[in-house]
Amino acid sequence: MSATTSTAPPPQRAPRTPHRSDRARQEARLGMMLCAPAILVLLAVVGYPILQAVWDSLFSYKLTNPDARSFVGLGNFVLVLSDSIWWQALGVTVLITVVTVAVELVLGFALALVMNNALSTLRPALRTAILIPYAIITVVSAFAFRFMFDLTSGFMNLWLPFVPEDLDWFGSFGTSMAVVALSEIWKTTPFISLLLLSGLAQVPGELQEAAKVDGATWWQRMRRVTIPNMKAAIMVALLFRTLDAFRIFDNIFIMTNGAAGTESVAFLAYRQTIQRLEIGIGSAVSVLLTIAVALIAVMFVKGFKVNLAGSTRAGR
Amino acid sequence: MSSSGSVLPDDVRGPVTLVRRRAALLALALAAPLAACATAEAGPPTLLWYINPDSGGQARIAAQCTQESDGAYRLQTALLPRDSPSQREQLVRRLAAGDGSIDLMSIDPPFIPEFANADFLAPVPDDVAQAVTQDVAEGAVAGASFDDELVTVPFWANTQLLWYRRSVAEAAGLDMSQPVTWDQVVEAAASQDVTVAVQGVRAESLTVWVNALVESAGGHILENPEEQDPQEVVPSLDSDAGRVAAQIMADLAAAGVGGAQLSNANEDINASMFEGSSAGFMVNWPFVWPRAQAAVEGGSLEQSALDDIGWAMYPQAVAGEQARPPYGGINLGVGAFSDHVDLAFEAAQCIADPQKQAEYFLSDGNPPASLTAFDDPEVQDTFPMADVIRESLQNAAPRPQTPFYNEVSSSVQRTWHPPGAASPETSPRRADQLIADVLQGRALL
Repeated sequence: MSATTSTAPPPQRAPRTPHRSDRARQEARLGMMLCAPAILVLLAVVGYPILQAVWDSLFSYKLTNPDARSFVGLGNFVLVLSDSIWWQALGVTVLITVVTVAVELVLGFALALVMNNALSTLRPALRTAILIPYAIITVVSAFAFRFMFDLTSGFMNLWLPFVPEDLDWFGSFGTSMAVVALSEIWKTTPFISLLLLSGLAQVPGELQEAAKVDGATWWQRMRRVTIPNMKAAIMVALLFRTLDAFRIFDNIFIMTNGAAGTESVAFLAYRQTIQRLEIGIGSAVSVLLTIAVALIAVMFVKGFKVNLAGSTRAGR
Repeated sequence: MSSSGSVLPDDVRGPVTLVRRRAALLALALAAPLAACATAEAGPPTLLWYINPDSGGQARIAAQCTQESDGAYRLQTALLPRDSPSQREQLVRRLAAGDGSIDLMSIDPPFIPEFANADFLAPVPDDVAQAVTQDVAEGAVAGASFDDELVTVPFWANTQLLWYRRSVAEAAGLDMSQPVTWDQVVEAAASQDVTVAVQGVRAESLTVWVNALVESAGGHILENPEEQDPQEVVPSLDSDAGRVAAQIMADLAAAGVGGAQLSNANEDINASMFEGSSAGFMVNWPFVWPRAQAAVEGGSLEQSALDDIGWAMYPQAVAGEQARPPYGGINLGVGAFSDHVDLAFEAAQCIADPQKQAEYFLSDGNPPASLTAFDDPEVQDTFPMADVIRESLQNAAPRPQTPFYNEVSSSVQRTWHPPGAASPETSPRRADQLIADVLQGRALL
């Protein structure tokens, strides 16, 4: 991740003036030209669909009845926001996001510490082993967890103490959510731990040594030296995982298919667009989801001052 | 395609020429297979048949029909997803984009009105309609029609039976030679501490159950399913029949006979539960019979357990009133954008031939739409319950034949799930409200 890689001081540069030299201007132009293809591709594959969804969200439009398409302005948004199902789905999504990201941060940090302190000969193998869950396709891991906890094919009721043998995990909200969250945590903790590991590597060794010499305990070094020095990495990890968790779909789709009140916002969008073929309403839900995700990103970047392009200095 | 290799001027020589010649050769080598493809296309036209997953029967029929067509067409199959709402999703997406590659498709009957209403189905020629409805179960013809017109070709017709363990019924003193009611079944199961396996999962199977209960009690989910204006569709679950249905569901759950997994139980879970030791009764499609036989062959089920399995007509909702069992199956639609509509109908007739339906029943356990196919001696031999299935098909009630079936079914599932929370006071009323709100664009689903 770029956020935490550059520790070297920036190259000596002339102080910025409004009048740039010819060379600087040429370099800027070259930079633009080099970026242009990527920006064009992004506009085509990201910008265009988003704009299309915004446009579609202003219409009452059913895919099987295109002739009856009519402009309704913000009517779809009013419909979505005034429906209790939307707020329930939003609540479920926020709950999953907060719970999974919090647990993953703690677990991920622990794993990152283990990886950081492991013998250098062990480190590659350890890193690979920890990364395996992240390499598994979400749908596949969702099926694995479903079958594990399923009453007929599963074995978890036999393994877990204090759990009645005939507990139907997917029969009620609390237990379904627990399994969904568990699967989510199992799968994405490696991602967060890898980001945190790169943050740990950033912490200057001399600071640690100095703290040790001064007689700081492990916990004091952790609180006063390690964590402040990797704040940017933590924030980047949190931001990425929050955005990711907020769009949860696969686990819910496979495990409960929205039963027992487990629908997330992304699932709601799927139901309206793909199942009901109501392109207008579905697009409105998707646009609202996009806005929510954008708000989270802005909140992190502005509120917590995460500098995605900068170095660890931003976090200090 | 590059063919520039042949126009090199004679006087060009040297390394450049060599490179060009090589390029030309390469182009030729690349083009050759394409050309071969082009000539292969000159053979009989290939018809693509989108099929629902089965045990291989449809692919075999496709091969048979290709052979029988005597070079008129080649029938190829393409597999759709497992559950019928997903099959619908995929077909609708393709058809909405005008996909001309869909010549034939296997469609679950409740979604046929939506396809017909959206003009996704090529109209069935009169002579074909006449031929394919001869000796076909009434319910199957109704399920293949929309707005009093045949829009698909009936292929196979499904219905649910009441499966029971003979020993349990006997111990409970239940006379299974006479029609039984849901109340009797639940009471018998409770007295013997066994299960009544029903499809309580929040999926299409739940709507199947609700519809059968409501229809058996003399009601309907919709008053005017044929209505094409969503604003005018009138839901009618909030009726005596709807309340009877909800009461049956609530009683079954309250008696604790639905099993621990009632709110997630689908047909497969129930079929395996019925092979277990706590099994008493089950409503399910006939596929459970070949499945149980296979389990005996595979050694996971005792022969004595198989011998203990009995079958009867679907339970009555109201004592003395004929039950209306679920109706399912698959019908064949011809894609409106197909380039070979005539050939596709020819192929559909070949597929739906009564003899092939009988063979399909034997190989895959899916009952024929043609009533004559039930007379096949081999069918009678393999499926001792064939006559009960035929009778059940004749009494079966289709789910609402409405172009808005998906919305209606999803609304029913949302308001009636889980079965333990179903209540005569709230479930029917809430379902009516949600159906109306969704169809009038006032609610999400």
